[in-house]
Amino acid sequence: MGYSYFPGCTLRAKARGFESSALASARVLGIHLEELANWQCCGATFPLQVDNSFPLVSPARTLASARRMGERLVTLCSACYNVLKRTNHVMRTDADRRDKVNAFIEEDYRGDLEVVHFLEVLRDDLGFDALARSVKVPLSGLAAAPYYGCLLLRPADELAFDDPEAPHILEDFLSALGCRVVDHPYKIECCGSYVALEPGELASGPSRMVVESARARGARVIVTSCPLCQYNLDVSQQGAHGRNGAGVPVIYFTQLLAIALGLPEDVLGFEGHVISPGPLLRSIGAMGSEATA
Amino acid sequence: MRTGVFVCWCGLNIGGVVDVPRVVQEISGYPGVARAVDYRYMCSDPGQQLIKDTIREERLDSVVIAACSPGMHEATFQTVAESGGVNPYRCEIANIREQCSWPHQNEPGKATRKAVELIRAAVEKVRGDEALSALSIPVTRRALVIGAGIAGMQAALDIAEAGHEVVLVERLPHIGGHMAQLSETFPTLDCSQCILTPKTSEVGRHPRIRLVTNSEVESVSGYVGNFTVRIRRRATYVNWDLCTGCGLCTEKCPSKTPSAFERGLAKEPAVTIAFPQAVPHKPVIRAEACRHLTSGKCGVCEKACPVGAIDFEQQDLLLEEKVGAIVVATGYDLHPKAKVGEYGYGVYPDVIDGLEFERLNSASGPTQGEIRRPSDGKVPKEVVFIQCVGSRDQENGYPYCSKICCMYTAKHARLYKHKVPDGQPYVFYMDIRAGGKGYEEFVQEATDEGVLYLRGRVARVFQDGDRLVVFGVDTLSGKKVEIHADMVVLATAIVPASGAKELARTLKLATDRYGFFSEAHPKLRPVESLTRGIYIAGCAQAPKDIPDTVTQAGSAAAKVLALFSAERLSHSPTVAAVDEELCSGCGVCVEACAYDARTLDVRRRVAVVNDVLCEGCGTCAVACPNGATRQKNMARSQVLSMIDAVVG
Amino acid sequence: MVSSENRRKLLDISGEDVTSCYQCGKCSAGCAMAAMMDLLPHQVIRLVQLGQVEEALASRTIWLCASCLACSARCPRGVSLPNVMESLRVTLLRLGGRHLDPVRLPADVLENAPEQALVAGLRKYT
Ligand SMILES: Cc1cc2nc3c(=O)[nH]c(=O)nc-3n(C[C@H](O)[C@H](O)[C@H](O)COP(=O)(O)OP(=O)(O)OC[C@H]3O[C@@H](n4cnc5c(N)ncnc54)[C@H](O)[C@@H]3O)c2cc1C
Ligand code: SF4
Ligand code: SF4
Ligand code: SF4
Repeated sequence: MGYSYFPGCTLRAKARGFESSALASARVLGIHLEELANWQCCGATFPLQVDNSFPLVSPARTLASARRMGERLVTLCSACYNVLKRTNHVMRTDADRRDKVNAFIEEDYRGDLEVVHFLEVLRDDLGFDALARSVKVPLSGLAAAPYYGCLLLRPADELAFDDPEAPHILEDFLSALGCRVVDHPYKIECCGSYVALEPGELASGPSRMVVESARARGARVIVTSCPLCQYNLDVSQQGAHGRNGAGVPVIYFTQLLAIALGLPEDVLGFEGHVISPGPLLRSIGAMGSEATA
Repeated sequence: MRTGVFVCWCGLNIGGVVDVPRVVQEISGYPGVARAVDYRYMCSDPGQQLIKDTIREERLDSVVIAACSPGMHEATFQTVAESGGVNPYRCEIANIREQCSWPHQNEPGKATRKAVELIRAAVEKVRGDEALSALSIPVTRRALVIGAGIAGMQAALDIAEAGHEVVLVERLPHIGGHMAQLSETFPTLDCSQCILTPKTSEVGRHPRIRLVTNSEVESVSGYVGNFTVRIRRRATYVNWDLCTGCGLCTEKCPSKTPSAFERGLAKEPAVTIAFPQAVPHKPVIRAEACRHLTSGKCGVCEKACPVGAIDFEQQDLLLEEKVGAIVVATGYDLHPKAKVGEYGYGVYPDVIDGLEFERLNSASGPTQGEIRRPSDGKVPKEVVFIQCVGSRDQENGYPYCSKICCMYTAKHARLYKHKVPDGQPYVFYMDIRAGGKGYEEFVQEATDEGVLYLRGRVARVFQDGDRLVVFGVDTLSGKKVEIHADMVVLATAIVPASGAKELARTLKLATDRYGFFSEAHPKLRPVESLTRGIYIAGCAQAPKDIPDTVTQAGSAAAKVLALFSAERLSHSPTVAAVDEELCSGCGVCVEACAYDARTLDVRRRVAVVNDVLCEGCGTCAVACPNGATRQKNMARSQVLSMIDAVVG
Repeated sequence: MVSSENRRKLLDISGEDVTSCYQCGKCSAGCAMAAMMDLLPHQVIRLVQLGQVEEALASRTIWLCASCLACSARCPRGVSLPNVMESLRVTLLRLGGRHLDPVRLPADVLENAPEQALVAGLRKYT
């Protein structure tokens, strides 16, 4: 199973653990991810202005160069997935904008690439049954709440990732690792996204609702594939909200994957959490007492 | 040839664009035209008189009427011509309204020229027209009604009462349709069964109604007055001739599965009579649920039956019936569960649809008429009703309004309030559509009784503990609202009955894109289909309530009775004919004909036209490689001279 | 003042002619940010329909919209609300305005927020 692979900026900076855990896991699972030779930031958010195609230039350039390496491009970060897949959709279906962008990047790229999320690789190519068989350290009974947020699910007609109102890929993934899946209604609600940058903690309202919805149903960990969700959900528990050990750590799905595959702790790369995942992971024997978290 | 040309102004419709006097002047000199006159409204009585007088004065042998579409008035003018003494098939219409003045309103000069050309073409055509006389076909004065809901039953009763036999085919084992599932009905809140059972029993015992339940129409051939219908009666595994309807078998049957009649809210035995008032009151064995039929075991019912009516060997039966008219009354279904993901319909047991609510409120239903929610049988203290679920939603459902849900939601909220006086019903609505006698008053009473209406749609419903959280909005106050409810009732869209499109194909009828049967004209011919002799009634045509359904069923019956009022029907003689000298018997025309009007006479090796099936569409004439097919009064030579008259 | 000219200007940016919105409010009912908004999403659309864009431009709502697409996913009329929100933001930003000054971001945000947040925020707010 070979794919070209787009890491994105956040995975090379604040979310290193996301990437290191994913790459290490992929290696063990026989999934070959070959990093694109030339990639640039995807832009982090898909532009919603139709009279300005400039923000499409950078993701389109990435797509065109990925096309030369093969037919499928894998991403880990939900935002990269969303932006690249939506840009690809434009390049495939909107002749006008395609021509504009192609003229600028001096390519003739027509969207004939498939952008896939690493979760889809695990589900469709490896298979969750096979994944379950590869598990070395079953996370038996770990109460884990999936959190999708927006970028994986919407717009459903373009992404076609999962049922936008009742997705289950993360649940199936967590079950394969042996977790006890905690279903909660806010798994598809927005965390507040970039409104986090607004003064006065405006985004923390929605994020708190998400955390509360998972916590109240017994979740001990929230699992995501988006660095911004991870940040927002985690930061919303700052101070009073995460008091008395009531906080729920928010981690990447690949970090749980690496733990279940029995990979060494150093690939996990937990850093700068408000609610540290350390105590939880030590309690389930996934990390030793000298942990870095 | 002496042709009269009559040019109509149609008020300003034609006269406001086309220079009518000029047209009259130009056409007057055209070869064969004995006289050209104009008049303000040719279809009016004086206009018709003018035509008749002119025919007499000028001793005309043919007429051309330049007016509106032949779809509107061809029949009128043919009759006028005939009463003036001209063969009606030597009366031609030049459509200078729909095909000229209307589309060319901004170019009066060109429109005038085009009107002259269209009239010239019509004169050329009439020149070649033969004097024909209408064909006559016999009528079998027996009707088939498909679907025995209130629409089908009403139509059947009206036809039977007028003295004709009716074959009434129903897919389910019992008749009554959805009305049998309703508890009480708006706008009067009378009990549905109480007003329905007089009808079902009348249908059941009517000497001229042949009831064929558990059956579906498999094929239809023939034409108006002369249809042959094949019906498949599915095996019931109970010999109804022996069965007394005592119900012992249903009591003994150990295999209980969800009941479709109860919308899955209760279970029923594999051998079942769906509800106490069912007509016919005879059980059927649901093969998929029966232990004997699926695995050869059990057979308890067979032992229980005192008259030995259980018959596991029973086979489907194929029946053939000859009828002269067909009424399609297959009704509706509700928007399927799988499609309302944001409300968790089909996932959370306490999110139900309108028919499920009817069953909860029904004295013979799973809760004996007490409003108890499905999950735990508790009496819900707060209930949210959501209207327009799937309706008026082009993106995730259907763009149309389902018409009845505003009313039945008001009904549900009120019935709930009557049974649970300390409960709080909330209704999310977009608009309240309560046009109808006593309807608006009915809705106003709902608010008087304490039903709280919130103007807005709901975005999401999800389960939280034992309650349901509803994310809604009230656009009147501009507030997002969240309601924690014990039960949610969805007014899901009315959609055509399953299988409607397939039935339409069997009957060669048109439907709209959703599968509702198309009427011949949305205003003027609302119960006729485009096929002569086939009529539509009830929700099969579009969503509607019981009063409208009954009205439409009565009017479909009236159409059938009009058809049956004569022993023979007339049929247009402008059909295809075969020149047997030229025909090679290749059969291309047989393939081409969409109406099955062509066959091959194998012995003589020539094609034959069944005149009464032929619609005169001309497809065969075009398809024939030997030029052996002629369309009466649309001969090749006529068409060529029409073209010459226009371009030459 | 009701103005169709204003509506058309936004249409050029958003590609979304809001005329089909029938004000059902489903967008607002499911908006995660609604609690903090001064105008609900459907009210913004209504103002745009009326061409009363000034009031929409002055609202906090356009900066609180997180482009999460929950609204457009469920809109029965297929209105791309997030595009309309963006067209309003962009109208102000293209006039040279700037909603967010990166140098004024709190130190802990600058230090801890993922790059994705900063890039997305700068794209939406400047
Ligand atoms: C929740 C709810 C509440 C309602 N409450 C009211 C009310 O209070 N007052 C009111 O006036 N109206 C009410 N209505 C509307 C009412 O149900 C309809 O107006 C009425 O039932 C329409 O009758 P119908 O005969 O056209 O269709 P149906 O009742 O659907 O009957 C159609 C029949 O045709 C049969 N059939 C379908 N396909 C075939 C086939 N291919 N071959 C043979 N048979 C077939 C079906 O099995 C069925 O028996 C309500 C509707 C709903 C959904
Ligand atoms: S009848 Fe009322 S509830 Fe039903 S679709 Fe029409 S408006 Fe909506
Ligand atoms: S959901 Fe769509 S139609 Fe309804 S108010 Fe919002 S934008 Fe308008
Ligand atoms: S895209 Fe904006 S307006 Fe729409 S639901 Fe999300 S935050 Fe609300």
